[in-house]
Amino acid sequence: MSPLVELTDVAFAYGERPVLSGINMAIPRGKVVAIMGGSGSGKTTLLRLIGGQLRPQAGQVKVADRVVSELRSGDLYRFRRRLGMLLQFGALFTDLSVFDNVAFPLREHTRLPESLIRDLVLMKLHAVGLRGARQLMPAELSGGMARRVALARAVALDPMLILYDEPFTGLDPISLAVIGNLIRRLNDALGATSIVVTHDVHESLAIVDDIYFVSEGRVVAHGTAAQMSDSALPFVRQFVHGEMDGPVPFQYAAPPYGEDLRLGRP
Amino acid sequence: MQRTTLDVWVGLFVVGGLAALLVLALKVGNLSALGMSHTYTVYADFGNIGGLKVRAPVKSAGVVVGRVSDIAFDNKTFEARVALNLDARYHFPVDSSADILTSGLLGEQYVGLEPGASNRVLAAGSTIRLTQSAVILENLIGQFLFNKAQGGSGASGGAGQ
Amino acid sequence: MIDWFLDTFGSVGQRVLQSVRRLGYAARFFLLTLAKSGTSFARFGLVVKEIYAAGVLSLVIILVSGLFVGMVLGFQGYNTLARYGSESALGVLVALSLVRELGPVVSALLFAGRAGSAMTAEIGLMKATEQLVAMDMMAVDPVARVVAPRLWGGILSMPLLSAMFSAVGVFGGYLVGVVLIGVDEGSFWSQMQAAVDFREDIVNGVIKSVVFGVAVTAIAVFEGYDAPPTAEGVSRATTRTVVTSSLVILGLDFIMTAFMFRG
Repeated sequence: MSPLVELTDVAFAYGERPVLSGINMAIPRGKVVAIMGGSGSGKTTLLRLIGGQLRPQAGQVKVADRVVSELRSGDLYRFRRRLGMLLQFGALFTDLSVFDNVAFPLREHTRLPESLIRDLVLMKLHAVGLRGARQLMPAELSGGMARRVALARAVALDPMLILYDEPFTGLDPISLAVIGNLIRRLNDALGATSIVVTHDVHESLAIVDDIYFVSEGRVVAHGTAAQMSDSALPFVRQFVHGEMDGPVPFQYAAPPYGEDLRLGRP
Repeated sequence: MQRTTLDVWVGLFVVGGLAALLVLALKVGNLSALGMSHTYTVYADFGNIGGLKVRAPVKSAGVVVGRVSDIAFDNKTFEARVALNLDARYHFPVDSSADILTSGLLGEQYVGLEPGASNRVLAAGSTIRLTQSAVILENLIGQFLFNKAQGGSGASGGAGQ
Repeated sequence: MIDWFLDTFGSVGQRVLQSVRRLGYAARFFLLTLAKSGTSFARFGLVVKEIYAAGVLSLVIILVSGLFVGMVLGFQGYNTLARYGSESALGVLVALSLVRELGPVVSALLFAGRAGSAMTAEIGLMKATEQLVAMDMMAVDPVARVVAPRLWGGILSMPLLSAMFSAVGVFGGYLVGVVLIGVDEGSFWSQMQAAVDFREDIVNGVIKSVVFGVAVTAIAVFEGYDAPPTAEGVSRATTRTVVTSSLVILGLDFIMTAFMFRG
């Protein structure tokens, strides 16, 4: 069976500044895969390429055997209906209640009767444990709850592929564990495939199948979660164990310290 | 906000806006005053129209019976050809005369229609034969001064001799 | 010195180029929004919601301002006209000022401050909090779903608001002129009706307000959509909406007045 998401020699630059170069990835169906890397390493750009928000300058991104960058707007929207995406802070519609937020994709894309929409929404909200919060407005939710509502909204149309952009950022440990578990459970229950872009090592190691490490626009390591936590590669070691200095230097590029302090000068 | 209350408010808003437009059209504007929907056009040639403007009123016996709809210069007669839109309710004899008059001493100029005595009425598209041009104040003053000067110099000349 | 000159002219040139580019982008965005307006009319409920936000919520400020502007016109007009002994023309003065100029212009300026700024802030915040991206990723076009209904809500609200402004203003002038000062009521109304022409004055006023409505909402939604996705970016965009649309209103008003009332 061919992988659901396949990236071959993908390169991307914002103007003159290269962000990704020669990225190769294959994400098999049914798996939860993490893409990890430091801030500014191009992880989120990868996600945008997969979702069709950006087009690569070289190489191609294939999802379900179709080249995403070649989709015209109508086809792109048809493709995105089978895609769920959880943005960094949930991005709930602030003028709609929790219920209406989850119902939004259903109302936009289906002509289901309101009673059926109600049932579907309550099912999705139940899956994230917030059936009781359906009347609340997004402003009344905690960060973790908002993330869960956004998750319910992302899976409202039972997508084949779910993309997570930093789902763990700014959450307390309990919410973090809840979201982590939900990502795994929803993926398996829906028979979907998930891609999690994150720099939260410990939460990810517990729930994902495969991990790609991205640094300076390249894939530097790739393997199962177990392989990665025992990896001897310097970058992976530094990242997984949170070491201060390593391939990613502690010091920003600067002239030699002594010279900067004008030591040895009259 | 409930969907239905919102609809009610927007409905009231639209009704209010349209009502305001209606008030402007009927109470403030002259849409009701002159039902200009049924009109016929007659023409009048003037040697000089002075400051007459398009949309100036056409009055007969002080009543507004129409409006000036067009003013053009006729290249053959070298006269101004004025089109008058008259209310279809009013009819005038063919020998009526059209004068360009001024309301007050310095007011706006309008066309005065003086009915004639004929039994036949002006048909649409016909031309009024009898016209009197605008009184040009400058000419009037000029004439007055000229007369005065002539009379004055004659008198002083007489006194000198 | 020469360097200073070069720098100054260089930066001026840069800014001009940038403004022209932005204007082009704004025009393209406006056409794009018009092209994507199908959804707004297929689901008119979306537009109704925006008429509520732009029109109904601006109603109080429009009505109160209209009343006061009319009353002030009543006092000032009476003062001036009384010098020439033509107080009976007060109705003409109040009605013509309102219907031709003040109604469309002042209500559009108020609309820009009340509804335009809110529109920019709303769309800008939706962008800053990634709601627009989320919508796009849910295969819902944010221009069709968020921008177009707001544009149409504004365009439909503006002429209604300005008509109400003028009507209330005439009433305010009547209150001061006739009720308070005691100008003859009959000549107030009859002179007004004789002088105010439906096509020439009222229709032209409505045309003005429609043009202002298009201009203000187009600027507001563009500034919102184009705002940098930060708190500072949104607040600046909101300010720009009010400043730009006020200037555009006055500029367009001059051009239209020159064309409409030349004779």
